[in-house]
Amino acid sequence: MLREITLGQYYPTDSVIHKLDPRVKLAGTLVFIISLFAFGSIEAYVVATIFLAAVIMISKVPFRFMIKGLKAIIMLLMITVIFNLFLVQGTVVFKFWIFQITREGIKTAVSMAIRLIYLIIGSSVMTLTTTPNDLTDGLEKALSPLKKLHVPIHEIAMMMSIALRFIPILLEETDKIMKAQQARGADFESGNLLQKAKNMVPLLVPLFISAFRRANDLAMAMEARGYHGGEGRTKMRPLVYKSRDKAGYLILLGYFAVMFAVNRFSVLESLLFGALGW
Amino acid sequence: MGIISAAKLAFDYLKLDENGNVESKIRAVDGVDLDIKAGDFIAILGHNGSGKSTLAKHMNAILLPSEGTLYVDGKDTQDESKLWEIRQTAGMVFQNPDNQIIGTIVDEDVGFGPENMGVPQQEIWERVEKSLRSVGMWEYRSHSPNKLSGGQKQRVAIAGVVAMRPKCIVLDEPTAMLDPNGRKEVIRTVHELNRTEHVTVILITHYMEEVIDADKVFVMDAGKIVMQGTPHEVFGRVEELKSYRLDVPQATLVAHQLREKGFDLRPDILSNEELVEELQKYRAAHGKQRIEETKTCQSE
Amino acid sequence: MSIRIEHLNYVYSGGTVFEQQALKDINLELPDGQFIGIIGHTGSGKSTLIQHLNGLLKASSGTIYYNDENIYAEGYNMKQLRSKVGLVFQYPEYQLFETDVFTDVCFGPKNLGLEQDEIERRAKDALKLVGLGEEYYKVSPFDLSGGQKRRAAIAGILAMEPEVLVLDEPTAGLDPRGRDEILDQVARLHRERKITVVLVSHSMEDVARYVERIIVMNKGEVLYDDAPRMVFRHYKELEAVGLAAPQEVYLMHQLAALGWDVNTDAATAEEAAASIAKCL
Repeated sequence: MLREITLGQYYPTDSVIHKLDPRVKLAGTLVFIISLFAFGSIEAYVVATIFLAAVIMISKVPFRFMIKGLKAIIMLLMITVIFNLFLVQGTVVFKFWIFQITREGIKTAVSMAIRLIYLIIGSSVMTLTTTPNDLTDGLEKALSPLKKLHVPIHEIAMMMSIALRFIPILLEETDKIMKAQQARGADFESGNLLQKAKNMVPLLVPLFISAFRRANDLAMAMEARGYHGGEGRTKMRPLVYKSRDKAGYLILLGYFAVMFAVNRFSVLESLLFGALGW
Repeated sequence: MGIISAAKLAFDYLKLDENGNVESKIRAVDGVDLDIKAGDFIAILGHNGSGKSTLAKHMNAILLPSEGTLYVDGKDTQDESKLWEIRQTAGMVFQNPDNQIIGTIVDEDVGFGPENMGVPQQEIWERVEKSLRSVGMWEYRSHSPNKLSGGQKQRVAIAGVVAMRPKCIVLDEPTAMLDPNGRKEVIRTVHELNRTEHVTVILITHYMEEVIDADKVFVMDAGKIVMQGTPHEVFGRVEELKSYRLDVPQATLVAHQLREKGFDLRPDILSNEELVEELQKYRAAHGKQRIEETKTCQSE
Repeated sequence: MSIRIEHLNYVYSGGTVFEQQALKDINLELPDGQFIGIIGHTGSGKSTLIQHLNGLLKASSGTIYYNDENIYAEGYNMKQLRSKVGLVFQYPEYQLFETDVFTDVCFGPKNLGLEQDEIERRAKDALKLVGLGEEYYKVSPFDLSGGQKRRAAIAGILAMEPEVLVLDEPTAGLDPRGRDEILDQVARLHRERKITVVLVSHSMEDVARYVERIIVMNKGEVLYDDAPRMVFRHYKELEAVGLAAPQEVYLMHQLAALGWDVNTDAATAEEAAASIAKCL
C-alpha cells in the first residue's frame, strides 16, 4: 500500500500556523535561518529558542515529529562538532596527548550544533504545517518576480506538483515490477556492488519505459484540457494575504529586530567565559 | 452539419528512421465519413488497432488529419487559431485513469481545465461543484486521487472535462482498465450526463454491453467504418461482427444460436428481457407444448 | 504436487494507522492438475492471495505447504518455489526489458542457473506454446502488438517450466479476440502439459467457460469454493457483493420463473441455447 504514504510530512491539524499563507511560512523559515547564522551571541540563541518553542506550541504538532528530521543529520552533526572542537585554533582550554580544545573551538562547535539543529527543526515546522501543494503555490507566487528574468517559474511549480502526484504511483509501480521480476527468479539482494547494479537493469528499464509512457499520456491529457502554459491562466485557489498573514510578517520583523538588538548588546558570553575562567 | 463531421478523413502514422526520414507509413484511419448529431449518444466499436482511438484523437485536435477534414461544431480542426475553442467544445477522457489526473486533490484536478480557460475564480468553484455533483464525486472533493478506485478516478476525469462545459465528450476506452463495477459506474455516469445535460457522447470501446443503449453505433475495422446503425441493426449481424473480432451481447449470442438451430426468432435481440419476451411469443405461436405440459421437456 | 494453505492471514502496514487485514483465515487446497478460477472484485484480496503462493508476500500468520513442505520453514528454497509456481502479473507486458523477445524469455531460466542449451530449449518451447514463431525471436518486445507483448511475457514465465501457473487478470485491456486467444492458449496448456492453472479474474463469463472450480473471494475471505454451476446458483448473493454470474444464468432463471423447464445451471451460450431448444 505504497499509495498511502504522503509526501513531505504534513501533519494535519487545525492551528494558526497551518492556516498561514505559505509565503509567510517560507519567509519565516528564511528569516529564522538567516537570523541563526547572522547572530551568534548567547542572547540571540535564547531569543531564537523562545521564538521556535512558541511557534511549535502554537502549531499543535507534537514535538516528536519536529525532531524526526534530526535523525537524518546526526552523523553530519557529530562530524561538525568534533571537527570544530578539535581543529579550531585559538586560546587553549584543555590539552591532552596530541589533542587540544580551544575556547574558540568550543564556541564554534556549540553554535554550529545549535544552528544545524534549529535549521532542521525550523524547516520541519514549515513542512509539517504546509501541504506540498500549498508549498508549491507559495514558491510559485513568491518567486514570480523571477519571471521577468525569464526563469520559468510557473513551469517549475507545475513540474513540482506533478512530481508530487506521481511519486507514489511510481513507487507502487517499482514494487510491482520488482515482484514480477522476482517471480522470474531475479535477485535484487545478493552479489557485490557491480553485480547488484547489473541486477537492477530488469527493474529500471521497465520503470523508465513506464514513466515515459505516463509522461506522454499526461502531456496529452493536459493539452486536451486546454493547458497552454501559465499565460491567461486563472487560479481556483489564489493566494491572498489575510490579516493574520500581515500579523505574521510583523511578528517576523519584530523577531528580527529583537535578535539584532540583543546581539548588538551581548554581554552574557564574556560573563560566562569569565566565570569559567577560560 | 452535425456537432462532429468528418469527410474522407485519413491519418498516417509515420515511422521515421534514425535520420528523421520517413521509413514507412501506416494508415490508421482510412477515408472516414462521419456526421454526429448534437445530443446523441454514439458508440464506436472496434478491436485493438482498428483505428478507433486514432479517430477519437482527431475530435479533440490532438491529431490532425493527413487527408480530408474534420469539423467540430463547425470549426475546422486544422485551423490553429480555433485550437483551444475546439478542445473546449470536445472534451476528452482517456483510458488510463492514473495518467490523466493532474491535481493532487480531486477538486483541484476538476478545476484544472477551467483554470486553463481563464475562468474567474468564483465561477471555477461553481463549475467544480456542479460537475463533481453530476458524476457523484462531490463527497470525495478533498481526497487524493491516488486513494480512489479506478471507476472513481474515471468519474473525476469526466468531471474535469464537464467543468469545461463542452458540447461533446469523447471517451477513449474509458473502461478498458476497470473492473465490472467500475465499468458500470462510468457508463451509468456518462448516460446520465447525456440525458440530463444533453452533452453529445462519443464512447469508444470494445465492450458490447456498454453500447446497447447508444443511439447509434459505428464499427471500425482497418481504419474504415464498416458497419453503422442503431444497436439493434448492428448486433443483428452476429457473423459479420465476429469477422471484425468483436463480441455480441450474451443474449444476442443465445438468440443467434437458437436461430442456427432453426428457430425463427427476431435477429436483433440485445438483452435478456427482449429474448425472454421473444421466446414467450415464439412458444405461444409455435411451441410444441402448452405451458402446463412443459413437465415433459427435458433439461439435459 | 499440491498447494495447501492453512489459516492464512495477511495484514497490510501492520502497526500503523493504515493497518488493514487483506486476508482472513484462508484455508484452501489446490490439488495437482486442476484448472481453478479465483474471482473477486478489486480489493477482495485475490491478488494478495496469489502473491503468497510463490512466496512474494509472507503471511502474517498461517502456513502454506507446497508438496507437503512448509514454505516458511527455515532454509526452504524460495527461489526454487518461484520457478515451480509461475506467477504472471497483471499487465505482464510492462515487465519486458530485453532488446529482443527471445533474450527476454531466456531471463527466467537463466536465473535458474541452467545450461545455455537448456535455457534456449525452454525459451523456444515456451514461445511455441504461446504461438510466437521464430520470426519474432529477434524482434524488440516493444514493437509487438498488445496481445503479442502479453503472450511474450507469459512465455517468460512458462520458460521456467512451472508446475503451477498462476495468471492475474491475463485478459485485462485486451479486445475480445485477444482475450479468447490468451484463454484458449492457457486452456490448451492445461490440457497438454497437465499443469495446475489458477486463473484470477473479475469476469465470471471469461472464467465460466474454462475452469472446473471457482473460488470466490470477498473482503479477504473465501466466500464460495465449488464447481462453477454450483457457485452460479448463488447468483443473488454474488450480486450483493458486487459480482455477477454470467448473463445466461439470469436468462435461465427468468425463463424458469415463467414456467419454462430449462436447465438453470447453464452458464454458457451453447448450454443455454441447447436447453431452451429442448423446450421449444
